[in-house]
Amino acid sequence: MPKLTIDDIEVTVEPGTSIIQAAEQVGIEIPRFCYHDKLSVPANCRMCLVEVEKSPKPMASCALPCGDGMKVYTQSEKAKQARKNVMEMLLVNHPLDCPICDQGGECDLQDQAVAYGYDRSRYEEEKRAVTNKDLGPLVKTVMTRCIQCTRCVRFGEEIAGVSELGVLNRGEHLEIGTYVEQMVTSELSGNLIDVCPVGALTSKPYAFAARPWELRKTPGIDVLDAVGSNIRIDARGGEVMRILPRLHEDVNEEWISDKTRFAVDGLKNNRLDKCYVRKNGKLQPASWEEAFGAIAAEAKKRTFGAIVGDLADCESIIALKDLMKELGATNLECRQDMAQIDVKHPAGYLFNTTIAGIERADAILLVGTNPRTEAALVNARIRKTWLAKHIKVGVIGQKIDLNYPYKYLGAGPDTLAELSEGKGDFADVLAKAKNPMIILGAGALRRPDGYAITALARKVAEKFNMARDGWNGYNMLHTQASRVGALMLGFVEGDEASWQKVDALYLLGADEMPVENIKPDCFVVYQGHHGEKVAARADVILPGAAYTEKSATYVNTEGRVQNGLQAVFPPGEAREDWQIIVNLAVALGHKLPYATLPQVRARLAEENAAFAKVDEIQPVKWSAFGKAGKCDAKPFGTTVANFYMTDPISRASKTMQACTEAFLNAKPADDEKAVANG
Amino acid sequence: MSAVSHKVDFEQPKDFKFSKENMAKVEKHIAKYPKGRQASAVMALLTLAQEQHDGWIPEAAMEEIARILDMPRVKVFEVATFYTMYNLSPKGKHHIQFCTTTPCWLAGSGEVVRACEKHLGIHLGETTPDGEFHLSDVECLGACVNAPVFQHNGDDFYEDLTPENVVKVLDDIKAGKAKPGSQTGRVKSMGAKGPTTLGEQARKAGIEK
Repeated sequence: MPKLTIDDIEVTVEPGTSIIQAAEQVGIEIPRFCYHDKLSVPANCRMCLVEVEKSPKPMASCALPCGDGMKVYTQSEKAKQARKNVMEMLLVNHPLDCPICDQGGECDLQDQAVAYGYDRSRYEEEKRAVTNKDLGPLVKTVMTRCIQCTRCVRFGEEIAGVSELGVLNRGEHLEIGTYVEQMVTSELSGNLIDVCPVGALTSKPYAFAARPWELRKTPGIDVLDAVGSNIRIDARGGEVMRILPRLHEDVNEEWISDKTRFAVDGLKNNRLDKCYVRKNGKLQPASWEEAFGAIAAEAKKRTFGAIVGDLADCESIIALKDLMKELGATNLECRQDMAQIDVKHPAGYLFNTTIAGIERADAILLVGTNPRTEAALVNARIRKTWLAKHIKVGVIGQKIDLNYPYKYLGAGPDTLAELSEGKGDFADVLAKAKNPMIILGAGALRRPDGYAITALARKVAEKFNMARDGWNGYNMLHTQASRVGALMLGFVEGDEASWQKVDALYLLGADEMPVENIKPDCFVVYQGHHGEKVAARADVILPGAAYTEKSATYVNTEGRVQNGLQAVFPPGEAREDWQIIVNLAVALGHKLPYATLPQVRARLAEENAAFAKVDEIQPVKWSAFGKAGKCDAKPFGTTVANFYMTDPISRASKTMQACTEAFLNAKPADDEKAVANG
Repeated sequence: MSAVSHKVDFEQPKDFKFSKENMAKVEKHIAKYPKGRQASAVMALLTLAQEQHDGWIPEAAMEEIARILDMPRVKVFEVATFYTMYNLSPKGKHHIQFCTTTPCWLAGSGEVVRACEKHLGIHLGETTPDGEFHLSDVECLGACVNAPVFQHNGDDFYEDLTPENVVKVLDDIKAGKAKPGSQTGRVKSMGAKGPTTLGEQARKAGIEK
């Protein structure tokens, strides 16, 4: 363990730690542009120069490993002078257009120029200009601002798995570009904006929308997939301006998917902002009293069933469950997609390995899932692991486009059955692996033989010793933010026969439900935030809050309980969802035993103790989930056809529409829009 | 400003395949490197492609090389744009590269270039309308003793040029009868005023008999 001093502070670090990391450990900030925690170290910006005793030249601290007895000075005259000169060189070709640059106010170059640069320029010659690149509808480029730190190139190669950006030409002509004008096709491309330390890569939809100092920053949880990415919601007044990632090493590291980041404009379109009641066959605006009255009138004579949608928060789920119990309703459902998931066995429906745990795996079997579209950050973790250890990945299901090599094993349950008997090449791989993993996706569950397939997957897990002390390699990958929370709260009750008796439905944001499955004479209450097909079928609409508009609890696919805070108020008369249900209960002559958020959360913990432990993963007991039975030979399906539009929010987003057109339908973005966006 | 502009006024061929002989060379180059490190052969393959394709590398060739070496296309593009000796656009039938670095310049390369520009009616960096000649300036070609020099199609050196003789050289090149080497008749790098050796100098100085 090398022991060294940095600015006379003694520090002992792990071997291989660079000086910049060691300095961080003792709270000394060294300026940098090209160095990034999660990326490789190219040492090409030279901003992190420090003085090291006995070294005649200043050293790049990002690329210099700590040595025993080193004496490092970050604030000496020599170090300061070196940084000043580097900064002067960086600014030689940087346009000083901060007033019209979207990065202004949160720009590393701007901040560091003030902190470490000269206070005036000596440069009188002409500056160079670089043509802008078209990277698609999400990332705007002003390449003249680029300082060639190559973070974007490394991000593409190492994290996103798309080697589309490169460093072209050399010397004065050096620039970041793509191979013959092409877009960056990655679900993680928005992170390029975050890694870019200057204003060369900025957000196209957010262009010229706000300044960072105008924004109110609120920590939230993303609900557009089941990863539970930690996000920061930036709002101005009552409007959510943008979504940025928040660091959580065990979930999303410091990345978020493009959908999470850019679907935010969907929060402004197609919103339900007042109550509606169907009168004479037509939905008409109504007050809360009228809406509750309409429900009360029907509630007495009908049998309710409740269905929870994909974006629902746990507070409203438990409130709805309690309300249904008060009404004597016993039909509850959270699996809108009819996925056959066994609610009684947590070990069977959680991502047991955990997302961070993927990095310990050495062989992964994907069954009926495409992690790239279903959970882009889980996929990024698999890629990271592959990049580090070249792990073996096998796929059963559709042939999918992953950004790491995989072995295609077969299309359906037959292959899985063979594997469970130890047959085939991949069985050897799994048998030899120390930490083998299986990831079961909805493509294998949304079919009548889903339980049998689950049982087969369990057999595979048991055969290859995936579930043992210290390692659980059995995983189910969900795509809905509400799913695991609802399962943990037991929101699955009633059988086929009892569902037949239901003649009133309470839909809590159940937008993915096929409308044609609702019986014509059924009374439908829809509570949610976007007016889509299901809402149009409703008899009463109660306007709820979207995920940025409520302080709420979500459980991600790992079973990780996380809380997000309210960033803005719901539009119009819309209210927070659990409060709507509590108030409705009163209107129906019942009383739910909670009135404040802490009380609802106490109720959550009472229902399932896991809710008391926020952001902790409790290992669950292995159990005999699934039902052994005959499987249909039919190949596994896919679940997410369009990564950019999976829920009411992203479907209402113009940016996601543009992405669908640009990346999936491969239509060129229309020129007018391109001009407007610069 | 970019040295390689994507907006071009020439046509890119649709596809590119290495000839049979070159394919054998490609395999030989790849075999030089350890397994999994085949991308190291990228420079050799780019050179081969340029030789095969009239002195320039079309996009199709870079794509083919990326495919053969199993590397991202942009990585091939990075290498091809970094080195000035890879041409990414057609350089005429005769690519004339003038050395304009200090020794050649002191020996009069400026006048030689101007004479050529006048004779061909084009400037440096341009191609004649008939596609015969392309003129460009390069840094030191390493033939300073015989300055000024130009390089023809990346291969033959024409040396000891003057504004007068260079015009004839260009005409000869076009006619296919030019002779590389010194244009003043000197043998290789022999001194301009006849052969000299150190021994001769020593004798002159009376140090040696």
